Amino acid sequence: MQRYSIFSLIKNAFSNHENWDVAWKDPEPKKEYDVVIVGGGGHGLATAYYLAKEHSITNVAILEKGWIGGGNVGRNTTILRSNYMWDANGLFYEYGMKLWENLSQELNYNVMYSPRGVINLAHSDAQLNTFARRGNSMRLNGIDAVMLNREELKKMIPFADFSSARFPIFGGLMQPRGGTARHDAVAWGYARGADSMGVDIIQHCEVTGFNVQNGKIQGVQTTRGNIKTKKIGLCVAGNTSLLAAKLDMKLPIESHVLQACVSEPVKPFLDHVVTFGAGHFYCSQSDKGEMVMGGDLDGYNSYAQRGNLPTLQHVLSEGLAMFPNISRLKMLRTWGGIMDMSMDGSPIIDKTHIEGVYLNCGWCYGGFKATPVSGWTFAYTIAQDRLHELNSKFKLNRFNTGHLIDEKGTATKVWLG
Amino acid sequence: MLEIKCPYCGKRSQNEFSYGGDANLKRPELGKEVSDKVWDDFVYYRSNPKGKHSELWHHVSGCRQWFKVSRNTATHEIFKTSKLDEEL
Repeated sequence: MQRYSIFSLIKNAFSNHENWDVAWKDPEPKKEYDVVIVGGGGHGLATAYYLAKEHSITNVAILEKGWIGGGNVGRNTTILRSNYMWDANGLFYEYGMKLWENLSQELNYNVMYSPRGVINLAHSDAQLNTFARRGNSMRLNGIDAVMLNREELKKMIPFADFSSARFPIFGGLMQPRGGTARHDAVAWGYARGADSMGVDIIQHCEVTGFNVQNGKIQGVQTTRGNIKTKKIGLCVAGNTSLLAAKLDMKLPIESHVLQACVSEPVKPFLDHVVTFGAGHFYCSQSDKGEMVMGGDLDGYNSYAQRGNLPTLQHVLSEGLAMFPNISRLKMLRTWGGIMDMSMDGSPIIDKTHIEGVYLNCGWCYGGFKATPVSGWTFAYTIAQDRLHELNSKFKLNRFNTGHLIDEKGTATKVWLG
Repeated sequence: MLEIKCPYCGKRSQNEFSYGGDANLKRPELGKEVSDKVWDDFVYYRSNPKGKHSELWHHVSGCRQWFKVSRNTATHEIFKTSKLDEEL
């Protein structure tokens, strides 16, 4: 792999930047691989990267039906955080934060990790109390958490509505190391890293079926031919139920569309990621100056990567309640992605009843921030054929045993989450 | 914007409705012995199809009736709506 540095930049400047190596190759699929990863999104690419890096399994293929990074890793609001209360989530995502902190160096690719702080606003005394409880739980797990009062918030986010509004700001909970990263760079960085260690990234190759014999996976059928393998990892987010159906599996998952949008770029006025506590709205300002905003699901099962206007109106009205001065911003783009909403709001990284089939799904709204740790733990699970301590609670059968990780307590009406 | 035809009120905009999920889920019968698997299947497991999906909607800002909708989850096209006790 050609390393990126100031020297390689200068050297290539002399040839008008026309002689850079390709970041990843475009190989033909081989007949057989040790491991096949279905889905060339962030999680799939990261899984392949850590399989090669941590477990020296390099005869790996990533099969992607579209192009890498074209799904949810290119459709999120780029927020990173580990501000969870339950141990299972907190410890898992905190390990992820540690991976994020060194990711640019690790990948030799600038993922633009920006620890600008994630602030959750509270709009009542009761809410502030629950935030304090969550903050304490975080600190017990070694995660950074700071309670903020009104006066501190006025200095940090002066454009928020501090009047006696319908939802007055009482204070907030901040995770200072939370922030944002450049989502495409994450996909591309992992792709380049995985490719350099021998992983085949095969795009425009859709899995159409599985070859299972005697309860063991033997291979996959794809639009580019049959591929033999003994181990297969599914990292296909909103499409998980469809692939699982081909394996005669029914999952505790519904697919829902989540919209996000960006405004026209304006001068810097928001230094942090801020979430509205009286509804579901979160925003940050990109380096280009656009306001990046998101909120609720559209609220009905969907595989269409687009949503409808009422939800956007609802979400942005919450944004206006928080930052009245964005009322005259024009929207530049809106888009939708398909969330694999699990029934308790927490992910599944587990083996299945079919030997050699591994499942990585149920990310709900929160898949992007989990990209490194999801790949890291999934690679461990595939390579070692057992769960790592970090994902030991994210079992598929918790829905039968009752060990749910119900961080938000939304029960099974996932579209209300 | 979805236009949903409430079987009682006619076509209305999506804003008046709320969603109620998969209409094919059958709650195990009251008073009968229920295995854990049957109960778990009812509570947590979904077929989650891409394409035609039968689902419940609630005309919450209108007549407040629940009814069934046959809708395409890939295109959002609505094929048919019916009352709860009618065939969809």
